[in-house]
Formats: sequence, structure tokens, C-alpha cells
Amino acid sequence: MIDREDVLHVARLARLELTEAEVMQMTGELGKVLEHIARIGELDLDGVPPTSHVVELGNALRPDVPRPSLDPEAALASAPAVADGGFAVPSPQA
Amino acid sequence: MSRQTDELTALSALDASRRLGTGELDPGDLFDAYRERAAADELNAFTWVADAAPPETAAGTPLGGVPLAVKDLFCTKGVPSQAGSRILEGYRPPYTATVVDRLAAAGAPLLGKTNQDEFAMGSSNENSAFGPVLNPWDHSRVPGGSSGGSAAAVAAGLAPWALGTDTGGSIRQPAALCGIVGLKPTYGAVSRYGMIAFASSLDQAGPLTRDVSDAALLFRHMVGDRDCCDSTSVAYPAQVDLPTASRLDGIRLGVPAELAGDGIEPGVLAAFEATLELARSLGASVETCRLPHAPHALSAYYVIAPAECSSNLARFDGVRFGLRAPESTDLISMYTRTRHDGFGGEVKRRIMLGTYALSSGYYDAYYGRAQRVRTKIADDFRAVFGDFDFVVTPTSPTVAFELGAKTGDPLSMYLNDFCTVPMSLAGIPAISIPNGLARPPAGGDELPTGFQIAGPAFSENRILDAAHALERELGFDSTRVRP
Repeated sequence: MIDREDVLHVARLARLELTEAEVMQMTGELGKVLEHIARIGELDLDGVPPTSHVVELGNALRPDVPRPSLDPEAALASAPAVADGGFAVPSPQA
Repeated sequence: MSRQTDELTALSALDASRRLGTGELDPGDLFDAYRERAAADELNAFTWVADAAPPETAAGTPLGGVPLAVKDLFCTKGVPSQAGSRILEGYRPPYTATVVDRLAAAGAPLLGKTNQDEFAMGSSNENSAFGPVLNPWDHSRVPGGSSGGSAAAVAAGLAPWALGTDTGGSIRQPAALCGIVGLKPTYGAVSRYGMIAFASSLDQAGPLTRDVSDAALLFRHMVGDRDCCDSTSVAYPAQVDLPTASRLDGIRLGVPAELAGDGIEPGVLAAFEATLELARSLGASVETCRLPHAPHALSAYYVIAPAECSSNLARFDGVRFGLRAPESTDLISMYTRTRHDGFGGEVKRRIMLGTYALSSGYYDAYYGRAQRVRTKIADDFRAVFGDFDFVVTPTSPTVAFELGAKTGDPLSMYLNDFCTVPMSLAGIPAISIPNGLARPPAGGDELPTGFQIAGPAFSENRILDAAHALERELGFDSTRVRP
């Protein structure tokens, strides 16, 4: 149902590094779960609208009024690395 | 443990709040008694306990200072909020979740943060990066999950009450396995602002308590106006009452054939049927009903929840907070290695499932279809509530299982949720109350079972009343774990 190439592709999309052992285990486990999930393919769902949200809510906005945001010091307080008042990260090496 | 600690912690939250209100009980004494209990926790239920009573007085508040244990995924400013994950180890948020703030303002100060399955993914609390939680009824067994720490703490009297979250059953199932009350509110009734998100269209905060009246009391102070910080929240349309009912005259209970037979342990089923007899003796009518799409609920849930989690957990990338894999030489490998190092196996599995279900070429077959199944399930409930007041089922198909019994087979773990997931998908409220004891199939001491009562959206008052009437008649005895 799902092969090694699928698993590697999905891991790349999910920005998740997997060890070789994890790739093998994941292929087996995901395959089993996907088999169970495939049951939803049995149902006749023509014309049935999707539900993305059980509560009927439209335009749930708050007033467009500026207000103080998070203090920059607080925002950076949990950062693994800080530089020039921002979050320091390694270069993409693009 | 002093006799005073024992006496103080024997009070229900409602009793305690009344005595705090009259002044016969001092909030500092009550807080210290629970702190002592929580600090001596042998169940690994807590990941953090306050080291002193809060300085702010609870005088004049509705609850008067009844301490509250809070599941770790609720952001609590300056206090570790780790959602059971290594990727957030030591994380202290710069803000507090709306519901925790509301409860503190109402007089339920923070006692401690409770252990949980990582990012609320699990049914046994074995997926925590900080170790499993033990069931107070039998330390070789699981308390259920994902709110296992909250459930164990309340069951063992380490906290008078606790906050948990329920996405597919994570309040109700641990409540059932630990012999306490757990309520999953109507979706939208409680603000999710500050709740570290798993599946945004399913997650709901709710109370775990010793009895139904305590659940009503805590729930009353969790709801209110809509929260402008959570666009999925709604104003609660009624005042939440303390339940008073002692009878079920005129109440029509529907037992769905799909959720009350196959796959349920014999002992659990026997306790369920005994409760139905009790309900009849209180004046309720009990008939079979049908939820034709309920057998597909688990499949739909295990597409929708992982899909939503794969999106919500994208923010854990080592950039702004939490773990960052050391010695990363480039940005992408920093992301991939951080997430490899920081997430546990179950979380990785669900992120992978969700990413697959949402990826190009698969979106319609999986997520698109699952959302349509969801509509059918919601329709099934709406139809049933035309003829019945409540749908009732066993909460969990099993009593508490042994640690390690299901960790080798993810699918077998997922199957624990089949009675609770349909209500989550439909967004309707449901409570679990302890309704008896049953022996596990392989033998051993008797363990708690749970009875689930589900009702239409915003019917919590009626659910709590019905649960109260049943609770009185059931007389469930938890003195074995909470003297």
C-alpha cells in the first residue's frame, strides 16, 4: 500500500529525518493503518458536502483596532539563538 | 501525610469551595495539603508542581481557591508547558491559556502541570517523553490517555480536579480507566487559545473530576463569552447549573448497535447493561438506535486528526523555541534533525500519515473523503436526537490494560477510541461516569468501567443532570484508591 519511496517522499515533505530502521518500521506501520483507513473508500459519498468545522461560524473576526503585541524581549526569550534582535538560524546553503 | 492533609483532600471541590466561601477553610491550608500530596506523587502524574501557594488571594472569587491540576499542553506563563514532548522540554510560554486564566480568576489556582501522551496523541499515556503515568487502581496498568496524568491525579486524590483535553476521547477514556468523571464539551464551548494544538477542529478542553457536580462547577467557569483570541469559540448559550436530578423519568436513551456490542470486553459490556437496567429503574426508556456511519468514524478520524496535526506541528522546527538539534550546518537539516530528535514515535507516525493524506494526489481520496464521512456521522447523530434524548455507550471497550500491552501495534491502540471518536467528529458533548468494576479478560483484580452519555450540541446541563441521577444510584466506590 505504501512503499519505501513514498515514505521517503512524505518524510521530505514533513521535514522529518528518519533513520533506516525508522523508514522500514514506518513503511510497515503506515501500511497497516492506511489499509484500515481505506474503509472510507467503501462508502457512497456522492453529493455529501464536507464538514471542516462543526460549529456554524462565519467571519469570526475581532475589531480591527491596533493594540500592543508581544514584547520583543519576551518573544526572543525562548529562542535557541538570537542575532540582531532576531532568531538566528543556519544559512539555507542554497 | 498528616491527618489534616487527609481530611482536607477528602473534600470534593464543591464542598471545599463552599467551606472556603464561609471562611471555615483557609485557601492556603487547602493548597498546601494538595501540594504535599502532589509532591509525593508515585504515579508520575505531575511534570511540575507549584512550590508555594499563589500570592494572590482567592477571596471573593466564586470558587474561593480550590487548586487545579492542568494538563501540560495548556500554556501557563513562566511555567513549563511541554505537551509531553522532548521538543518542548523546559519551554516556558510568554502567555497563559484563556481557560486557565478564566479558572484562576474564578478561584481555581494552578497546583501543577500533569503528564500526558506527547501532543495529546495516545490512549495510554505511554507516549510521554517524561515517562508513563501509572493507574492508581493497579500500578502495572495504564491510566488511559492522552490526559492520563490529569485522570490519575484526580483518581488518587493528588488534586481535587483537573483540566484535560479531548480530541478523540482523551478526557473520557482515561476518566473511564481511572474511575472518575470526564466531560468533553460541545466543540467551540471552551476557548482553545493557549492550548498547544493537536487537531484544531477536534480539540476541546474539559474537566476531570471526582463526581458530576464538581464537573458542572468547573465547566461553569470554563465557558462564557466567545474568546476574541479563538475564532472557533462561541459564547455559551446558557447558565451552567449544578445538577439536581435523582430520576430519569421521560428520558429516552438510545443504545447504538454499532458501539455497544462487538469489540467490547465482556466485563465492560456486563457493567454497561447493568447500568441500562438501573436507568430503566429510574424511569428512563432504553432502546436500540442506529448510527450507520459509526463503524467508519475511526477511519475518518485517523485521517482528519493526523492531517491537522501535521499542519499544527510544522511550527516545531528549532527556530523560535524548544529544542534545536545542535551543530546543524544548514537550515533544512536543522529542521529535519530537530524534528527527528524531538518527536517521539507516535507523533512521527501521525505527522507522516497526515502529510501523506494531504499530499498532492491523495488529498481528495483521504482528507476530502474523511470530511464527507464526518458530515454523515454528524447527520446520523442529528437524526437519532430526533427520537432520543441521549446516546449511551460504554466509554472504552476495555478496562485498563497492562503497560506495554499495546505499544507494539499502533492500530490496536487506535481501536481503543471507537466509542468516543464519533462524538468528537460530530462536535457534540459527552460525559463519562464510573459505572462499576470488571475483571480484565486475562484475569486479575477488578478495574473501573465507564458509561458514556452523549447529547446534542450545548446540552451539557441535561447531560450533567442525567449523569447525576445515575451517579447517585450507582454509588461507585473509589475508596480503594482515594481513601
